[in-house]
Amino acid sequence: MLKVVKYILTDILRNKVVIGYALLLLLVSLSVFSLEDNSQKGMLSLLNITLFIVPLVCIVFSTIYLYNSAEFIELLVSQPVRRSSIWLGIWFGLAIALSLAFVAGAGLPLLLLRHDASAVLLFFIGIILSLVFVSVAMVSAVISRDKARGIGMSVLLWLYFALVFDGIVLFFLFQFADYPLEKAMMVLSSFNPIDLARILVLLQMDVSALMGYTGAIFKDFFGTALGIGVSFVVLVAWVVLPLWYSVKRFEHKDL
Amino acid sequence: MIEVHDIEKSFGKLRVLNKVSFSAQKGQCVALIGPNGCGKTTLLKSVLGMVVPDAGSIRVNGTEISGEWAYRSGIGYMPQIGHYPEQMKIGQVIDMICDIRQSTERADEDLIGAFRLKELYHKRMGTLSGGTLQKVSASIAFLKNPGILILDEPTAGLDPVSAEILCDKILAEQGRGKLVIITSHVLSELDDLVSHVAYMQDGDLLFYKTLDALKESTGTRKLSKAVAAIMTNKVSC
Amino acid sequence: MRAALAIAVWAITFCGKASGNSLYVGPNEVYRTIASAVSASVAGDTVYVAGGTYREQRLKIDKALTLIGKNFPVIDGENKYENVSVLADHVVFTGFAVCNSGVSSMNDIAGLKIYDRANVLIEGNRFENCFFGIYAQKCTDCIIRNNTLVARKIQEQQSGNGIHCWKCDNMQIIANSVTGQRDGIYFEFVTHSVIWRNISSRNLRYGLHFMFSNSDTYAANIFEHNGAGVSVMFSNHVTMLHNYFRDNQGDAAYGILLKEISDSYIDGNYFVGNTSGILVEGASRVSMFRNSFRSNGWAIKVQASCQEIELKGNNFMGNTYDVGTNGSLVLNTFDGNYWDKYEGYDLNKDKVGDVPYHPVSLFGMITEKYPVAMMLFHSLTAALIDKTERVLPSITPELLKDNHPLMKPLKL
Repeated sequence: MLKVVKYILTDILRNKVVIGYALLLLLVSLSVFSLEDNSQKGMLSLLNITLFIVPLVCIVFSTIYLYNSAEFIELLVSQPVRRSSIWLGIWFGLAIALSLAFVAGAGLPLLLLRHDASAVLLFFIGIILSLVFVSVAMVSAVISRDKARGIGMSVLLWLYFALVFDGIVLFFLFQFADYPLEKAMMVLSSFNPIDLARILVLLQMDVSALMGYTGAIFKDFFGTALGIGVSFVVLVAWVVLPLWYSVKRFEHKDL
Repeated sequence: MIEVHDIEKSFGKLRVLNKVSFSAQKGQCVALIGPNGCGKTTLLKSVLGMVVPDAGSIRVNGTEISGEWAYRSGIGYMPQIGHYPEQMKIGQVIDMICDIRQSTERADEDLIGAFRLKELYHKRMGTLSGGTLQKVSASIAFLKNPGILILDEPTAGLDPVSAEILCDKILAEQGRGKLVIITSHVLSELDDLVSHVAYMQDGDLLFYKTLDALKESTGTRKLSKAVAAIMTNKVSC
Repeated sequence: MRAALAIAVWAITFCGKASGNSLYVGPNEVYRTIASAVSASVAGDTVYVAGGTYREQRLKIDKALTLIGKNFPVIDGENKYENVSVLADHVVFTGFAVCNSGVSSMNDIAGLKIYDRANVLIEGNRFENCFFGIYAQKCTDCIIRNNTLVARKIQEQQSGNGIHCWKCDNMQIIANSVTGQRDGIYFEFVTHSVIWRNISSRNLRYGLHFMFSNSDTYAANIFEHNGAGVSVMFSNHVTMLHNYFRDNQGDAAYGILLKEISDSYIDGNYFVGNTSGILVEGASRVSMFRNSFRSNGWAIKVQASCQEIELKGNNFMGNTYDVGTNGSLVLNTFDGNYWDKYEGYDLNKDKVGDVPYHPVSLFGMITEKYPVAMMLFHSLTAALIDKTERVLPSITPELLKDNHPLMKPLKL
């Protein structure tokens, strides 16, 4: 598997899109911190941008890359290499490259310009979100044979996590407003890694105190070491489960 | 060396392999022939593990292959149409295969030399002609001296000289006791190569016998004639 | 201490009482207890108390005396008694440490209680671990100055108010510091009084609790980290100047809660880091000028039950939401404020934006109604909801707008 990782990684790290992505993040994070007079506000902007760009770039780039690697995969499959090694190798290659891009573009400026818990948290959240959306991309690429359909599916998945899910949450909330929903909302948030990530980081920031009663309930759970631990486990599950499913599908895929 | 037992495969509603069984031993050279879409390539890909059969079992060198991967180090495969990462160079592809196959065998670079590929090592795969791609595919198949060679339409797209080089190479490897399985539409060039003939139609293996037996039963002296006779008469063999 | 003495002298001379004798209380003095000195004295005398601990049970001051503590003698209520009861006019009480009063929600036990009196001066004392701190009932013309009150109760029921005034007139509450009580400063039926330069922080409920009290002024106070901020209710003609309302956070915490207030004036205050800077309910004719709202969850919530609230020349910066409301009726004026979220332009360079600003956020209103929607705080969905609403107000009140938003913040 290490060899597959090596070939994929050397290929991706030279890829112009990944370099451009890192530069874009760098530009954004530097400008956010230099333009905003108040670094708390800069942090919020960076959080919003991270939650928007990272999933989008990771899922779309990974899907396209997977389809473009169809030949490479086909070549390897006829060779004495475990199928899961090929698939996991590609995952590792993508995950390492995109995480590195995030670290270089947003993570390091974040750690250098702000030294507090929320910055460290956002650093790790960015990496985990990258991994989650690489995994999700692998699912859509393994399900659909057709490139256009696969990419379309990835974009739809992103749209779902970024927007539609929240819309459904709002709808759900309006329908059941008469019931105590705080616990349900906490469970619901674990079904969307972007929401979960956002809540985690927000609760580490001062603004959380301004969220009132619900904020207090969220903070009672997500603000504690246990809550952060559980949330990270959930996020890791978001990395592992789609990946595991895609490996199973790939092992039985006809090429 | 290869034992295929009752394998079945459907792609959606299309039945591609219908309880196919056959076995081949070392030293044989089997021609797998039949009309287009009869399931030849699917059968070969099943042996390679690239296609997972719906039912049946395949053994290669005594190992049941389902879920296995190491056995593939004993097989060299030349695909009908080679797909390679477009931005990689010929040299890199060959190095990578050497790297991945990791056998202790010395690399067999006869074909690379004969096809003069070294001069093209710096070329990217995406820029190659169909013929050159075939040469790369062939070189890769023979590269690590595997005991079994599976060649899907090996001479398609090759110029006569290169086709001749490849045929000579196949003969030589067969002479060293290897099992060679070839599919081809150019039956005339199989005449000198093959020892056995397997004929497939619509997912069924219609017959599988030695070339001599086939010629005898059809009363012809050429493989092409024999096959033609079968296809027209539908003789039961 | 010298100042206290001077004041005492001033108070005595001003009152024109008899010149007075001095009585001394201490472990090595004639009088071992304060009570014995008080009973031996006549009006106009001065009682000096040396350092030490005095268990007086309930010390009753029933003559116009001046009591001066040296080195903060402790008057210990043993968690049972009302430490000091002032039952005469013209009492001066200064330099004591009043500790450990009893706790009773039946009769409001206090560290020091003034009963129906006038012209009492309570100055420079420390009140530690008392139920109520200083309790003035039906008093007039009293001064409560430079006292420090600290309580460490956890539950509201076990804690009374720091400085509690009930049915008083002409009171001066100046430069006290109150921490850890239920309400820091409590006013009920108090008129023509001033609350000036006090610090009220980390109290369990309100920093300042203010009800049915008309024609009062509070200025230059600091209210911070109180459980519910400051509450000003059912009053009129209240003036609030240059106060600091900071970090009052929690579901029901407000910089100020203004309920049923009329004809009042709020000028030059700072609201920083509160869950809600101001909540106005059922108020009328309230002017809010030159205030600064920074980094609050909500800068100001104006309920539809208000009218003629006028907000002019305020700064709104770094608030999560600027203005919240619960209805579509708008009888209030927002004009000439600076809003950091304003995205308009100023073509004629008169430093006033050319298009009006709609400060109400729709997502904000949703979270008002459905607090759980906070889960989507800062999400793309929330941002889209707000952007759409700003461009095309459909649910938020269209008339709630600032027609002359400033391009630059005011210097406040």
